[in-house]
Amino acid sequence: MSEDYVYKKIKSIIFSFMSPKNIKKMATAKIVTSELYDKEGYPVDGGLMDTRLGVIDPGFRCKICGGKLKECMGHFGYIELARPVIHINYVKKILDTLRCTCVTCGRILLDDEIAKKYREEIKEALAKETAELARLKVRKVIEMIKGIKKCPHCKEKQYSVKIEKPTTFTENDKRLSPIEVRARLERVPDEDIYLLGLVPEHARPEWMVLTILPIPPVTMRPSITLETGERSEDDLTHKLGDIVRINQRLFENINAGAPEIIIEDLWDLLQYHVTTYFDNDLAQVPPTRHRSGQPLKTLAERIKSKEGRFRHNLAGKRVNFSGRTVISPDPKIELEEVGVPLIVAMELTIPEKVNEWNIDWLKAFIKNGPHTYPGANYVITPDNKKKKITNETKEPILAELTPGYTVERHLLDGDISIFNRQPSLHRMSIMCHKVKVLPGKSFRLNPSVCTPYNADFDGDEMNIHIPQTEEARTEAEALMAVRSQFITPKSGYNIISAIQDSISGNYILTKESEYTKEEVAQLLISIGVEDLPTLKNRMNGKEIFSLLLPKDFSFIGTGKDGKSVVFRNGKLEEGIIDVNSIGVGTGDLLRNLHNYYGQEKAIEILNNIAKLGIAVLLKDGFSTGIADTDLPAETWQQVQDLLKKAEAKGFQLLDDFKNKEIEAFPGRTVQETVELRIMEALNKVRDQIGNLISDQIDETNHSIIMAKSGARGKILNVTMMSACVGQQALRGKRIEIGYRGRTLSLFKKGDLSPLARGFIARGYKQGLTPQEFFFGAMTGRDSLMDTALRTPKSGYLYRRLANALQDLKIEYDNTVRDANENIVQFKYGDDGIDVSRSHGGTINVKKIIKEVKGGIHG
Amino acid sequence: MDDLIKEYEGIIPGKLLEDIKRESKEQSLIKKQVKIVLDKVKEEYENAKIDPGEAIGIITAESFGEPSTQMVLRTFHFAGVAEVNVTLGLPRLIEIFDARKIPETPSMEIHLKSEYKNDPKQVRKIASLIKETKLEDISREFTVNLVKSSIEVSLDRELMRELSITPTLLVDSVQNSLKTVSVKYKDDDALVIKSKSPEGELSDIYRLKEKAKNAHVKGIKGVTQVVPVKTGNEYVIQTAGSNVREVMEIKEVDVENVLSNNIFETAEVLGIEAAKETIIREAVKVIENQGLDIDIRHIMFIADVMTATGNIKGITRAGITSEKESVLARASFETPIKHIINASIIGEVDSLNSVVENVMVNQAVPLGTGLPGLLAKMSAKLEKEDKKKK
Repeated sequence: MSEDYVYKKIKSIIFSFMSPKNIKKMATAKIVTSELYDKEGYPVDGGLMDTRLGVIDPGFRCKICGGKLKECMGHFGYIELARPVIHINYVKKILDTLRCTCVTCGRILLDDEIAKKYREEIKEALAKETAELARLKVRKVIEMIKGIKKCPHCKEKQYSVKIEKPTTFTENDKRLSPIEVRARLERVPDEDIYLLGLVPEHARPEWMVLTILPIPPVTMRPSITLETGERSEDDLTHKLGDIVRINQRLFENINAGAPEIIIEDLWDLLQYHVTTYFDNDLAQVPPTRHRSGQPLKTLAERIKSKEGRFRHNLAGKRVNFSGRTVISPDPKIELEEVGVPLIVAMELTIPEKVNEWNIDWLKAFIKNGPHTYPGANYVITPDNKKKKITNETKEPILAELTPGYTVERHLLDGDISIFNRQPSLHRMSIMCHKVKVLPGKSFRLNPSVCTPYNADFDGDEMNIHIPQTEEARTEAEALMAVRSQFITPKSGYNIISAIQDSISGNYILTKESEYTKEEVAQLLISIGVEDLPTLKNRMNGKEIFSLLLPKDFSFIGTGKDGKSVVFRNGKLEEGIIDVNSIGVGTGDLLRNLHNYYGQEKAIEILNNIAKLGIAVLLKDGFSTGIADTDLPAETWQQVQDLLKKAEAKGFQLLDDFKNKEIEAFPGRTVQETVELRIMEALNKVRDQIGNLISDQIDETNHSIIMAKSGARGKILNVTMMSACVGQQALRGKRIEIGYRGRTLSLFKKGDLSPLARGFIARGYKQGLTPQEFFFGAMTGRDSLMDTALRTPKSGYLYRRLANALQDLKIEYDNTVRDANENIVQFKYGDDGIDVSRSHGGTINVKKIIKEVKGGIHG
Repeated sequence: MDDLIKEYEGIIPGKLLEDIKRESKEQSLIKKQVKIVLDKVKEEYENAKIDPGEAIGIITAESFGEPSTQMVLRTFHFAGVAEVNVTLGLPRLIEIFDARKIPETPSMEIHLKSEYKNDPKQVRKIASLIKETKLEDISREFTVNLVKSSIEVSLDRELMRELSITPTLLVDSVQNSLKTVSVKYKDDDALVIKSKSPEGELSDIYRLKEKAKNAHVKGIKGVTQVVPVKTGNEYVIQTAGSNVREVMEIKEVDVENVLSNNIFETAEVLGIEAAKETIIREAVKVIENQGLDIDIRHIMFIADVMTATGNIKGITRAGITSEKESVLARASFETPIKHIINASIIGEVDSLNSVVENVMVNQAVPLGTGLPGLLAKMSAKLEKEDKKKK
């Protein structure tokens, strides 16, 4: 880039008081009237909207810098206060200072020697240590001075100064006016105020009492013109208007020699307005309100809380070149791609610098204009002027386009984008995808990246960002690419994997399917595998699956059923592919592919595997329905027997309890023991039924395939649909009978039997009895509440953690340090291993040994 | 073989070396193979090393923040069927990171010396020694004698015998814990408690009665429940209530294995490193109970951050965040006004060396790719051209 950019870096920011001198120095106008506009609607000179304070209307020019709207940042003004007022935020410090210094001589109430010692300590802490330490020392000094009743310097007796909230100081029940307070604070010598934690060059104590008030520029409090032409002023302008008005009245009254009591009243009123100008949400101070009764938003409210300046505008900012819309799945899209709707692609642009090599290419975009894809929306001239491309401007722009111009062209396939879904809980919530422009109106993404985003397609929306500089694009690609996020730094396991149908498909494929040569070719071509090896006439699923793997891949894993899954020289020899091989977290196969062949290859193979699974399902069809929950008559009978037995067991336990034949578990009462044992028996029966179903239902049942492959759901869910929903547990117990002795009014009082305490003996397909349905609703509601209450709690925990840990990093010497360079760990995690590069947190020694023995390495 | 492995000390972390040693012995590898294994592990280790500049703090925060949304809010846990109630789940995690002085459910896990730990009878006996017995626990009734303004306690003889509490012991301990009273033992299994101070109000007697109920008789203060639990092939005593110092004084107890879930108590009795271990152990417990998968390094990291100064600092506004040097970083978290006001008093300088401040002023953050500066100087030729232009 050839522009003469001047890069400036802010090195530090100093916080200090504004001295009256300083305020005057930076001010451009003295405000003397509370009037805002004259009859013609022009800002009044010396009013709060004075054009010397900046401009907010188009057409006006700033009197100070000559800048127009958006050019002039605004300038401060000031008002001279008729009488000094206390700055509300410094009340505490003023009080400390009054209490710790002598009434007459203004010296600190400490012997010179002690004072000197502490002064040195505080100065040193300020220079070398943190401000926090200095504050602690100051607190000690203040504590020490507390009971001293006589000035060691002039031997004057001291009285205790009290505060009447919010801003009135009293001594001996006599009120100290801000003038007196200020006079006292002025008397304190520079050397002594160190001991009170004030640093003279930044903070003289008398500056805490205001004699002159800075008026913020109008740009910071713009007025809004309503549709009716009426002007609506900003809250701050209102507040400042109040201050100026009262101030003027106070001046007038003083000059006219009004009685003291009137002056006092006005003075108090001025104090009130200045106080609420700083903070309108104080205890003891009634907030100033609009006519509508809604409190004004003054300075403190602008800064505070989530919607305040810090959290809303400074720590998080709005950006351009971004978009948001609904997402939908597209298994045919590449894993690292994102489908961008045409209308989005024509709105978001990429700036492309014109040079002699690409000028013709870029001219084509301009020719297309903003409404034809692929076109361009703007050009930027070498002197940094933005020109919109329209049908009229098209020709002149094309004519003047020379190297040095920048063309903002539409998105093209392969452009770099950053894709994000909120809540952005971990770094995989924002990843770099390549753009693929598609028709339609939603973002399309590969289902395999749903897990890292935690996305589903029930109406989720996601955001896209288009990086505008080469640096940003490179960084996004190198650090945020989907492939680089294959393994989560949370646990060291893969988070990108095949999900749902892809898993069922591969399960079916590798379990028992067999296809003819033509079918295999069809399958593979349909998923985009084009360089086919010679195919056999009939191939089983395992052979087809093996075609996707590298030829030298060997690995032994375990399936969900506990049996080995064996790969030898790129061939799946034994076992069935299921979640344990290609799923999230445990995805052992993927993990190993990633290890041996790197990110890129792993993503490619995963992509093929996922597509193959879906292709298999598409071929034969795959669905689920009510019929999946049908049980054979014989199984049904067994289920009923089991249920009967469990219920009988429950009654048996209750009887035993009545006959006092039950021995309590250690640390529990007999009653608790009985409850626990009933719970146990009832929970066990559901598992037994589950086993029964898993054994006896037809293996080709699609629900069972989903459960067994781990694609979605568990056998438990099938059980709940087809046989028995089971015991409903509320807070770890059966449903309580409460004070009335029963769960519902159709039961007898004191009925403790399974059915009366929340055991649902039917499946969803048979339908629940009303009471069973009610029990189900109870636990359902409980879990809903749990989620609703948990989300904000865990969100706050996360915010606190992120805030506390955000500046900890690994240093070049491999130690972990915070922003102050304090060492937290000498070596990260004692061994310096990056979890996202490890295998579940360690290096798999066993695997290496196995490989060495098997002769794979060395 | 051992010599060979020794060569790699300091190159490969100790734990991995141990793994290699053990595994290669089990698999009976020959020396040449071990060498290959070692080189291979070394290579993988070098590849797995973390990069300088990695924003490890944020990664850790994310590793906790993301799964914490999946945790259950209300869990009381009874592993097996016979354990003491312990808060787990998100509330416990919050409690640990907040560094609360006393946990909601304090508890201990007490291991015994090897000669006792396998005998259930002995274990039960020791457990009963540990459990705190209050006067209330061994009495049938408390009656207030208004005439004599005293409290009469009728005792449960059998229970006393079972717990081997003798009358003298009882009188002494009640006397000790109530201080300003006279305690007498009457033959008919009753205890008479009378206030030493001159006759007071009626309500004083009732207050005394409540106090007397809680009078410490025997066992260890604060331990309200003891349950011997078989874990593996030894018996461990689980307690509700925690008092490490006194438990460690019992001679049958394996002093090195008294585990309390009270972080501050552990720090006080055993020091900051022990407290760090406690944080790790307790957090791991929560995570395992919830079936989550968070690497131990993240937990260790938080524990280290919390204890690095030698004091336990919570992840709160008053804890770690208050220690930050940068005014803006503190202000952007909570109570911004307070921080800005205090900073202005002391004339604080924010030198913009951590993350949020730089985000605020639109500058590169000193982490990752923002960390290195450019060392190269502008070449002489370019500089000349620059001057020419001017």
